[in-house]
Amino acid sequence: MTDFVLNGRQIALDVPPETPLLWAIRDEAGLTGTKFGCGIGMCGACTVHVNGRATRSCITSLGAVEGTRVTTIEGLDPNDSHPLQQAWVELQVPQCGYCQPGQIMQAAAMLVDFPNPSDTQIDAVMHGNLCRCMTYSRIRNAIKLAARAMRSEADDE
Amino acid sequence: MNSIGTLKGKRSWQTASQANISRRGLLIGSTGGLLTLAFARSGLSLINPAQAIETRVFEPTIWYEIGSDGRIVVNIAEAEMGQHVGTALARIVADELEADWAQVKLRHVDSDPKWGLMLTGGSWSVWSNFLPLSQAAAAGRKVLIDEGARLMGVSAAGSQARNSRVTSGNRSISYAEIVRRGEISRSFSADELAAMPLKPASERRLIGKPSRALDIPAKTNGQTRYGIDARVDGMVYARPLIPPTRNGSRINSVDDAAAKSVPGYLRTLVLDDPSGTVPGWGMVIAESFHAANTAAGLVNVDWTPGKTANVSEADVLEHGRRLIGDAGIGGLVVDEPGVDDAFAAADAIFEQSYTTACVLHFQLEPVNALAFQTDGVWEIHTGNQWQSLIIPVLAKALGVTEDKVVLRTYMIGGGFGRRLNGDYAVPAALAAQALGRPVKMVLTREDDSLFDSIRSPSNQLVRMAFDSEGGVTAMEHHATAGWPTQVMAPAFMGEGTNGKEFDPFSIHGADHWYSVGAHRLRGISNDLANETFRPGWLRSVGSGWVNWALESFMDEAAHRSGIDPIEFRLGLLTAKGRNSGSSPNSVGGAARQANVLRRVREMSGWGEPQATDAGLGVATSFGQERASPTWTACVARVRVDRSNGIVRLEKLFLVTDAGTIIHPDGAVAQVEGAALWGASMALHEGTELESGNVRDTNLNSYTPLRMRDMPEFEIEFIESSEVPTGLGEPATTIVGPAIANAIFSAVGVRMRHLPIRPEAVLRALQA
Repeated sequence: MTDFVLNGRQIALDVPPETPLLWAIRDEAGLTGTKFGCGIGMCGACTVHVNGRATRSCITSLGAVEGTRVTTIEGLDPNDSHPLQQAWVELQVPQCGYCQPGQIMQAAAMLVDFPNPSDTQIDAVMHGNLCRCMTYSRIRNAIKLAARAMRSEADDE
Repeated sequence: MNSIGTLKGKRSWQTASQANISRRGLLIGSTGGLLTLAFARSGLSLINPAQAIETRVFEPTIWYEIGSDGRIVVNIAEAEMGQHVGTALARIVADELEADWAQVKLRHVDSDPKWGLMLTGGSWSVWSNFLPLSQAAAAGRKVLIDEGARLMGVSAAGSQARNSRVTSGNRSISYAEIVRRGEISRSFSADELAAMPLKPASERRLIGKPSRALDIPAKTNGQTRYGIDARVDGMVYARPLIPPTRNGSRINSVDDAAAKSVPGYLRTLVLDDPSGTVPGWGMVIAESFHAANTAAGLVNVDWTPGKTANVSEADVLEHGRRLIGDAGIGGLVVDEPGVDDAFAAADAIFEQSYTTACVLHFQLEPVNALAFQTDGVWEIHTGNQWQSLIIPVLAKALGVTEDKVVLRTYMIGGGFGRRLNGDYAVPAALAAQALGRPVKMVLTREDDSLFDSIRSPSNQLVRMAFDSEGGVTAMEHHATAGWPTQVMAPAFMGEGTNGKEFDPFSIHGADHWYSVGAHRLRGISNDLANETFRPGWLRSVGSGWVNWALESFMDEAAHRSGIDPIEFRLGLLTAKGRNSGSSPNSVGGAARQANVLRRVREMSGWGEPQATDAGLGVATSFGQERASPTWTACVARVRVDRSNGIVRLEKLFLVTDAGTIIHPDGAVAQVEGAALWGASMALHEGTELESGNVRDTNLNSYTPLRMRDMPEFEIEFIESSEVPTGLGEPATTIVGPAIANAIFSAVGVRMRHLPIRPEAVLRALQA
């Protein structure tokens, strides 16, 4: 039995602890927004947050997240309106959309570290997330748009 | 003798697609609080439209309904794989219907044999549906105005529709109220529909205006359901055991002793496939995907491989080279009189050969399928682009009639042509049948690559004859590759002027709009390729390699003639004779291709000095097919690092004339994506056959373009009110040759093999 917090709720999963977190989330917890792409941590479609850090769930075992806080795309914002999600709609980023939950989760973690990221910083961090539809220019622009929105929100507070 | 090859009978892919709805009458009837507008089924009497709708005996390829709450639901059969096709089609309807866009919703329908051809590919969706959908919506608008006027007690002639309301003077009535109170039972014959007046382009309120794609919000919060997300109670998971060769493998024995220690492992099946789709496949079954995946690594299979177990990339290309050398084989797609005479009389002949390596689709969602039987019907839950192609195969595999198989539609996590071939549905269905319970099969990335229908390696030979003034008098183009259409959809093969077959999708692009004197074009099937793997349709299909050769060759021929490469092409795009175009699809002909070429020359600073080891290269095409041309031109700017041969793509300039642009932002997205695919295939990805299958199966060695590799972009569309044509593919094919031509311009070396590897550039620089 592995106990952890998934999207703010305590959860216990009774599957072998070596099961990749990805499949535990998708098939046991039933949250399918986190995607399987390569299985070797190189496409980023499976990205979730573990204690706030962007983590490739396909190469992270369930046992490794015992006692942690795990956040998936479904839990990023209670109203699905995180500034990144808003920017993704505003700039019409997704095409097939399959990689986008991972892109958004990776970007959300990045904006904690770099609230005002440069193109170079964005490229360096987002390099690990493949988009086969090649929506890269929109992803980059949406990250900057969200960053601006988050900074002005922070200024207002 | 006809000098242009033909498609057999009326089975051309695009005519099949258009015929689906373009020669049908329309039924409009109110039933159960809904006003339904649907194309009549062929041969059906149009006497009682409302009853026909109530009993649903209409042609439901695309139809729309207006609810008593005013909601307008557009039902579509096209597969959604990132091109936002639903949004584009719905806007065509809503604009002509004068509907309130905020009330328009989309519904993707499941497959059903009665729906006719279900196929999304070839960049056809918007082009083939534009006129019939516009006419159907215009008919709907007329009926709503008539009924609205009747309900208001005014004349229809003095009434107009706008924003889901019918207005006459200061009185008005909503579409919702017309549906609630009206009694409508109307029909329009195919001829009446064809004569239905459409709004002038100046009256369009949605087409060509900024809009948001309806499928996007759910793609930002994890709610979109792809095939891999499908589940049903009681299902077990499967991971396949992929045999050593795509064809002809046989399982002799299976040893699963070690797998039995995996918790949740159930058993390993050896599939018996009457359809021959997955010969030599095993399926490891378990209670979870993790267990199936782990157990699969512990199962030992003894296979007798097929005869292609040792085939390499070099073997396929060498075979292709020999095929081209055999003048007696292949289908003559174009064979104008006088080719041989012109070459015999030529003052100079220039010829060159080009090759391309195999390419993986690498759509990010690995292929998968959930299969089970319910009430005697086999349900297959999976994302698919061509339901009509795989349903007969599934029926054969399962030993049932086609009406006992239905495909449930899901969003597609990347199509790019991979999911035109639904072969992956077969093993899931066979396993479910063998076990008598639902089976969810998921391929790992490595499995997906090994089972991919790759873009075939190709060989081409291009020749040109010149007279003493340097004028072009004749051209020959010979192309060979594995032929997907021959292997999977033989009914769609074309017939050459010599009576021999060709795969139209493997040669599109080579039947170009350049006036080159006598032209001969020959397509040859590479049988060794067809035996070794199942060749696939991959974004643009044959144009992907055809334009690589054609546009590289045009550049070489220009330099050889001492003429600027853009001037040389413009000199051949004279829009004469068969290149003058025809109404409605190719109005203007080659003149429109010349126009995009001139525009990209202006935009790109062509002819201006470039930085050291940087250069500009050009390429142009008419997109996919002569029948539905999308005129496109590209200039690429590259910089070459002479120390290591690395080519940096700095900027792409792209000009597109796709007629009327329905969804401008979506159009830009399609061109960006297509162009970056072209760049990725030219500089970043690609693999080779080794021991009968592809060498690179995952991102550790297969390396598509990523964010930091992205060039700058300038993208323009020519303003036009001509018939809208497709955008998903055209830019893909010309970026590669534009890059190669830019490399020549930058450092003077000519690359004739795709992908362009740094080692090859370095070798050429040192030669």
